[in-house]
Amino acid sequence: MLQRGASPATADSGLSMSLRRRWRLREKTIESWIFLNGLLAVVVLLGVLILLMREGLPVFLYTSPLKFLFGTRWYPVSEPPTFGMLTFFAATLWVTLISTAIAVPVGVGCAAYLAEVAPSKLRETVKPVVELLAGIPSVVMGLIGLLLLSPLVQSIFNLNTGLSGLTAAIMLSMMSLPIIVSVSEDALRAVSNEFREASYALGATKWETVRHVCIPGALSGIAAAIMLGVGRAIGETMTVLMVAGGALAVPLSPTEPMMPMTAAIASGIGNAVRGGLQYQALFAIGLILFLMTLSVNLIADRVLERQKRKFAR
Amino acid sequence: MSVNYEVLSNRAAPTSETKLKTEKVNLFYGTFQALRNISLDVPKQAITAIIGPSGCGKSSFLRLFNRMNDLIIGARVAGAVEIDDIDIYDKDVDVVELRKRVGMVFQKPNPFPMSVFENVVFGPRRHGKTNRHELAGIVEQSLRQAALWDEVKDKLGQSALALSGGQQQRLCIARVLAVEPEVILMDEPCSALDPIATLRIEDLMRNLSDDYTIVIVTHNMQQAARVSDMAAFLMMEEDRAGTLVEYGPTSQLFTNPKDKRTEDYITGRFG
Repeated sequence: MLQRGASPATADSGLSMSLRRRWRLREKTIESWIFLNGLLAVVVLLGVLILLMREGLPVFLYTSPLKFLFGTRWYPVSEPPTFGMLTFFAATLWVTLISTAIAVPVGVGCAAYLAEVAPSKLRETVKPVVELLAGIPSVVMGLIGLLLLSPLVQSIFNLNTGLSGLTAAIMLSMMSLPIIVSVSEDALRAVSNEFREASYALGATKWETVRHVCIPGALSGIAAAIMLGVGRAIGETMTVLMVAGGALAVPLSPTEPMMPMTAAIASGIGNAVRGGLQYQALFAIGLILFLMTLSVNLIADRVLERQKRKFAR
Repeated sequence: MSVNYEVLSNRAAPTSETKLKTEKVNLFYGTFQALRNISLDVPKQAITAIIGPSGCGKSSFLRLFNRMNDLIIGARVAGAVEIDDIDIYDKDVDVVELRKRVGMVFQKPNPFPMSVFENVVFGPRRHGKTNRHELAGIVEQSLRQAALWDEVKDKLGQSALALSGGQQQRLCIARVLAVEPEVILMDEPCSALDPIATLRIEDLMRNLSDDYTIVIVTHNMQQAARVSDMAAFLMMEEDRAGTLVEYGPTSQLFTNPKDKRTEDYITGRFG
């Protein structure tokens, strides 16, 4: 520095200036990169919505939204065709509700056991195994349902066929279980130990501590886990196509064969003429499916927000 | 020595009745020995301070009395720890029952992320009290005892985490009082608080000691001198196991220590 004839002080400040500028540039680049990534998610979401609306909404020029939603007759190729999707909607409702009713208590219970009770060695073996379950392809789950579960359901409930909404719901609950267990367990373990200690020191039992301190403390994470699980159950297609039975009548009981919305789209789209009425109707079902999962998420957000305010964490 | 402690020895001497007692107690974490052969009698309705350098096992010693060490995997206790002459490490002892009788306040204020009200009634609710009217009474009484009522009576429904650090710690004390314990263990309860909040807690402790047996671990020797009736000085040996060096009335331990190590410590030569 001295050789260049500048005083050390000036050289120094010049160096730090250029350093700072480069650092700022780096910071800006990273910032905009992250911003772009965030933007991408929004763009994709909007893109999907627009696509579904463009392809699906025209069907309402032919039939009224009310008839579409609450009609029970789905005859896309008869003359004139009728499109009433209540059958599929009811099937999706049954399957989702029952699978959630099974998966949530079992999943949260399993997570609570792993996080709060199980010795660490057991947890370290069981958790990866549970997570591996998430990787089983849905076709394989469908095969298992066909082979093992449906005869069981048939004989227990004394049915004509073991392919029913219940069979599908049980398979779906097994498929959403790994997500619920894994995410809830992480959330429970993130609850600070100081709250557990405070609870024990006040004479609470282990169960009371889990029930009144750990689970409320982990509630936002557990709710997210449940949403992911419900999302999987609503959107799952292959398994329900294989084991739900595919009947075209409004299911009044979960043990009836039924066809959820995803299965209806998957089985119908192959025969639909691109841009035709049936094609549009199937996209409209897709749109409604999309809005359903979206509203599940929004409701969950709202509930969590309220919870957060109450707990003010 | 030249250091002067303001010892409040004008208080009546503690009764001779013993509330808590350890007899040659040894505590192990796995193979590591944390405490060695500690025998000590804690008098009833008085404040007993445990002082000593960092890592000497003060907190571990305190946690013997409500069996909080049970939560640590590999912790093992040898020797006797008694409350009212009952060995609390006996197989028949119900830990939940014990912790109702022996409450604890922690170093860092740790109110639950719930409302002020729910924090206070957490213990009573766990022990079967559900009547809303009764619970409201418990809340008011406990908060009054903890000298917090006037500050929070209009915000019982608000989150406890919105309170200041000192208020949070008094809430934690109220939460313990709501369970109606006989003993209150305090693990450096003021170390996260400012001096004014600290003085308020100390005042509170003095008031509570008329009814409760208090054991406090503190780093702050002025605090031990100010509030305690009895003081125990712990130190670690070469293998890092904590031992009891000296135990006696606070006024004596601070003005006329018998052991050279105690004198060195309280005059600030080490620690």
